[in-house]
Amino acid sequence: MSDDNLDAPQGDPDRLATSANETAYWSQNIRLLSILMTIWFVVSFGAGILFRDFLDQFSIGGYPLGFWFAQQGAIYCFILLIVFYSVRMKRIERQYDLDD
Amino acid sequence: MATQTLIYLFVGLSFALYIGIAIASRAGTTKEFYVAGGGVNPIVNGMATAADWMSAASFISMAGIIAFSGYDGSVYLMGWTGGYVMLALLLAPYLRKFGQYTVPDFIGTRYYSKAARVVAVICLIFISFTYIAGQMRGVGIVFSRFLDVPINLGVIIGMAIVFVYAVLGGMKGITYTQVAQYCVLIFAYMVPAFFISFLVTGNPVPQLGLGSTVNDGSGLYVLQKLDLVLQDMGFAAYTSGEKSMIDVFCITLALMVGTAGLPHVIVRFFTVPKASDARKSAGWALVFIALLYTTAPAVGAFARLNFIDSVQDTDYAEAPAWFKNWESNDLIAWRDKNGDGKMQLGKGDAFQGAPLFAESTGTNGERVVENVAADDNPNEVYVDRDIMVLANPEIANLPGWVIALVAAGGLAAALSTAAGLLLVISSSISHDLLKSTFRPQITEKGELLAARLAATAAIVVAGYLGIYPPGWVAQVVAFAFGLAAASLFPAIFMGIFSKRMNREGAIAGMVTGLSFTFLYIGWFKLWSPESNVAANWLFGISPEGIAVIGMVLNFAVAIAVAKFTAAPPKEISWLVDKIRIPRA
Repeated sequence: MSDDNLDAPQGDPDRLATSANETAYWSQNIRLLSILMTIWFVVSFGAGILFRDFLDQFSIGGYPLGFWFAQQGAIYCFILLIVFYSVRMKRIERQYDLDD
Repeated sequence: MATQTLIYLFVGLSFALYIGIAIASRAGTTKEFYVAGGGVNPIVNGMATAADWMSAASFISMAGIIAFSGYDGSVYLMGWTGGYVMLALLLAPYLRKFGQYTVPDFIGTRYYSKAARVVAVICLIFISFTYIAGQMRGVGIVFSRFLDVPINLGVIIGMAIVFVYAVLGGMKGITYTQVAQYCVLIFAYMVPAFFISFLVTGNPVPQLGLGSTVNDGSGLYVLQKLDLVLQDMGFAAYTSGEKSMIDVFCITLALMVGTAGLPHVIVRFFTVPKASDARKSAGWALVFIALLYTTAPAVGAFARLNFIDSVQDTDYAEAPAWFKNWESNDLIAWRDKNGDGKMQLGKGDAFQGAPLFAESTGTNGERVVENVAADDNPNEVYVDRDIMVLANPEIANLPGWVIALVAAGGLAAALSTAAGLLLVISSSISHDLLKSTFRPQITEKGELLAARLAATAAIVVAGYLGIYPPGWVAQVVAFAFGLAAASLFPAIFMGIFSKRMNREGAIAGMVTGLSFTFLYIGWFKLWSPESNVAANWLFGISPEGIAVIGMVLNFAVAIAVAKFTAAPPKEISWLVDKIRIPRA
């Protein structure tokens, strides 16, 4: 195989098995990802597309709400999602002593 | 100073700046050439990513597309930003931790297969060349419109500039010029936007202006007024749109996933020091991008309103100066269908196709167009959508330096994207094809030379495509996103999140997604364009959105094949563990 710099530690069985700490860290990451990707879906595809007609009966300023999500709101939510994930992950990584 | 002189001055100064930066940050090693040494500050990288990402199309065309499609334009706004969430959460930190130079590197190593690497290189080269041809053309168009230079000469000047900083500086040079280019382009975009927002609504912040009332004493909100005016003229309401919900859904998703799978965007996250920096950097990139992307819909709406206000039912003789100015630049044309000497706007084409101007002028002094008539509708005015950004400073009566700024900004947007694309093309050739596949014995120096030669060759090909644009270029931008979404994204995603995914599954998935999407887009866009109507589409999904199905097929085939073939070797399971954990 073309794997030249990631030399697998053949004689080191400890590192071949995933430690319990790493497994716990990874499942917490997956839980957080599922929540955030659900929000990602809801604010864009949900509010901006699927339920737009319903939301358009409300408005913020001169924006019908569904239209606002599609052209403004979803983008602001995207930024918040990345910021939240970035901060939260740093804390989780420290907690499991796996930060970089 | 005359506007023309100012334009030369601004464009000249910005070019001198880019070249100066490139000379100061020459690449001396392959690591510097491919990933800028891997030590770029996450905020700096975020800014470079924003410039890399926002192309001539984002800068010049997007607001105009939204102006003429209203709600339907949301697919671009959400689609081209939502992908950064996927990048930050699902791909970037892990690819950074993997710590190699290119996207095919990851796919080839994770799937322990040279074949997988070569399939990835083919996808990458196809995607990048499709994209870059449009950028070089964009450079030529800005030159010809603002500097009175023929398009082809403009393309050649653009090639020369990119040559200097991409070939000399590699990723290191590109990164710092992109930072400068971001500053130029965002300033150039925002200044006219503030003015036009203030002009139309009295609120200078475009994002708020779009939600405010129009400054004409009517008390109507901007969007309300647009809806009314457009419906009056026989269009659909601005805020309702005409595309079907499933199509809007699929196009948005295809653009998001495509963004996350574009190699020239992914590779930017290889340049930061750590995995956590990759997340941070994606956040910054989106902040810098969002500044333009939340402004564009406002610019589009204001410009459309302004345009209708100043053109509808106006005598041609009294048309504003910018109207005639852009008419002489071929971007506007008027055919007086009802012979009343006034310009009427409406749904439908003023005539068939893009305007073919004759030498003569008509009874009102307008330029005569020789196109075949389209008399089934009342619309008399042909407008190129790009005008919504290009003519904005003139519509808002802004001074000459703002026009000069827009010219420099358009060039910055096109050049920064072109350079990023050239770099991934050259590194996939020198690193993935030569070093990792066909000539592993190549020296560090030889590889660096090969990278520079490959970049030079790629510039020549890109310039050729810009000067002689094949008719299909404009038609197949959908290809770039579609193929990235249907081929590269699933392979990378499963490589990180599934330890069971193996070589056989990934290759079968990529080939399926790629061929399905390629054939569907090719059929409707190239081989049988006359059949490209909703009634013929699979599930009512247009070629722009079909990559969603391609992606689903990719996942399904990959999972099924992996289930019936051998699990990946132990080392791969160890590799996946390693990229999942941020600590080195």
